[in-house]
Amino acid sequence: MSDRKWLRRLRRDWPVWVLFLFMLALALVWAAPILYMISTSLKPESQTITWPIRWIPAEPTLENYQTIMAATSDQSPLLRWMWNSFFTASIHTALVLLVSSMAAYAYARMEFRGRDVLFAILMGTLMVPSVMNFVPNYLIVDRLGWLDSYAALIFPGLGGVFGVFLLRQFFLGIPRDLEDAARIDGAGPFRIYWTIVLPLAKPALVTLAIFTFMGHWNDFLWPLIVMNDPNMLTLPPGLAMFQGKYVTFYGKLMAGAVISALPVLIAFLFAQRYFIKGITLTGMKG
Amino acid sequence: MGPSSHRPHWGDWQMHLLQQGEAGQVSARRKKPWQQRIVPYLFIAPHLIFFLTFVAAPVVYGFWLSLNDWDFLGEPRFVGLQNYLNLFDKETVQGLYFWNAMGNTLEFVLYSVPPLVLIPLALALALDSRLPGRVAFRTVFYAPTVLSVATVAIIWRWLLDTNAGLVNYYLRTYLGVGQNIPWLTDLPWAWIALVLMTVWWTMGGNLILFLAGLQDIPETLYEAARIDGANGWQLFRHITLPGLKPTLLFVTVMTTIASFNLFGQPYMTTGGGPNRATQTVIMLIRDEAFKAYRMGSASAMAWVLGIVMMVVSIFQFRALRQHIEY
Repeated sequence: MSDRKWLRRLRRDWPVWVLFLFMLALALVWAAPILYMISTSLKPESQTITWPIRWIPAEPTLENYQTIMAATSDQSPLLRWMWNSFFTASIHTALVLLVSSMAAYAYARMEFRGRDVLFAILMGTLMVPSVMNFVPNYLIVDRLGWLDSYAALIFPGLGGVFGVFLLRQFFLGIPRDLEDAARIDGAGPFRIYWTIVLPLAKPALVTLAIFTFMGHWNDFLWPLIVMNDPNMLTLPPGLAMFQGKYVTFYGKLMAGAVISALPVLIAFLFAQRYFIKGITLTGMKG
Repeated sequence: MGPSSHRPHWGDWQMHLLQQGEAGQVSARRKKPWQQRIVPYLFIAPHLIFFLTFVAAPVVYGFWLSLNDWDFLGEPRFVGLQNYLNLFDKETVQGLYFWNAMGNTLEFVLYSVPPLVLIPLALALALDSRLPGRVAFRTVFYAPTVLSVATVAIIWRWLLDTNAGLVNYYLRTYLGVGQNIPWLTDLPWAWIALVLMTVWWTMGGNLILFLAGLQDIPETLYEAARIDGANGWQLFRHITLPGLKPTLLFVTVMTTIASFNLFGQPYMTTGGGPNRATQTVIMLIRDEAFKAYRMGSASAMAWVLGIVMMVVSIFQFRALRQHIEY
């Protein structure tokens, strides 16, 4: 335990520590908006604008949360929106996993007429910008009678190609031996898919599930277009309406923001591993 | 390693297509009973139905719409290319607003893509070293990306509030900026604000991609170069940068596409103002289709934007593929 050893190490490592301090400062800046959102949400409305700015509320209170929650029924039913988001995102995600993995398994392992042409068409549409489909999809959903219903949020996304592509890639990497063995034992194609391939593909399925769920949970434009009834909105377009109601009542706005942010932030902190792995696996976001 | 290291870099799937193509031809010659032959179709059917209805059909339907004049109530009236001609005619409302919105969108792409690529690249290089706490840093930088654009916009409208916002407060107090900056109601501030909140929100995703790209570069390459006496810059220039090329390409193209799709941030913070200066094409398309009920005109706008996006993607792909050579 000598000072000299410490000094020597400091002399050698100082660039790392300068970099560390810089990153620390940047990380604080990065975290500041979220911390300030939480801080403001806990202040009474009269104290949200006080100089100098207090990061720790003088008299923390939950009154903003109580106010916005009490306003459930009429204009900005936050809890209802959250339920809409959660319910449709869950069903949508489960169906995407099922539909995409079935198709991906066929494209990866089965031989059938037209397979390569079909798959090439699927991949070709990956490059078609989504903006080209908004108006026609609205009209199709309208013709199906799905406007203002959960179906409009659950079904159209099932035609997405990305999950099929991702899972097919993964299936191609799984050795065929197990499937062959099961086939010799007399297992049919659906049993092989369900009891052997799917369990092996769990990492890819978890990744796809997280990103499908998050993509749906955060989607803004589509629910804004297909939902006219305020009760049927999901959280993001709901928040736009919420912002219109509380314009500059920032305490209440921040309470709403916290309510919308907290579930995903907590989920992220717990499942961070999958998020990080997922983004490198899928290479998609935003 | 293993299958999970597959990443959908452009061109990956083309290779797989080729490989699969060969396998497919052999099989078609074998005859099987029909019960077995329909099995694959049963597997793809659920996806294919939704794909045809909500992905493939809309492309055709959208183009057909763009050739019609339709207010959503009466019958569509075939007008040929009139909707497109209107867009190129500055005398019409559509032409005027469309090119304004197109210019704004391109402006945002130009302002936002460089920081959204370069900042996470720099941070990834820093975090790839033996920096203490780098996992925690990564978490903090990535965290905002899980928020929805609506949450992000609400937070930043508060931070950037002209009179009461945190940003102006610190600029006044610590940097001696005399006047409050009208972040969301005046130019050029509105653009700076939109870029700022977008960088804060989405930079983390690109950071993770760059970190993964860096980890794919074999350590042995660095060791060999160091033995040959390469310095830090040379290592970066001749090993890191070429090794990151696929990631760089992917990140740039994806970020550009995302920036072309700008909607939520201006919709919720600037409202497209001041004077339509931050109105993007998607905002205009939404107004044209769902407020003015001009479905044909809106579809034409979507097609022009879509084609511009595809052209830009292809151009970037070509340019970047050639540019970063060893």
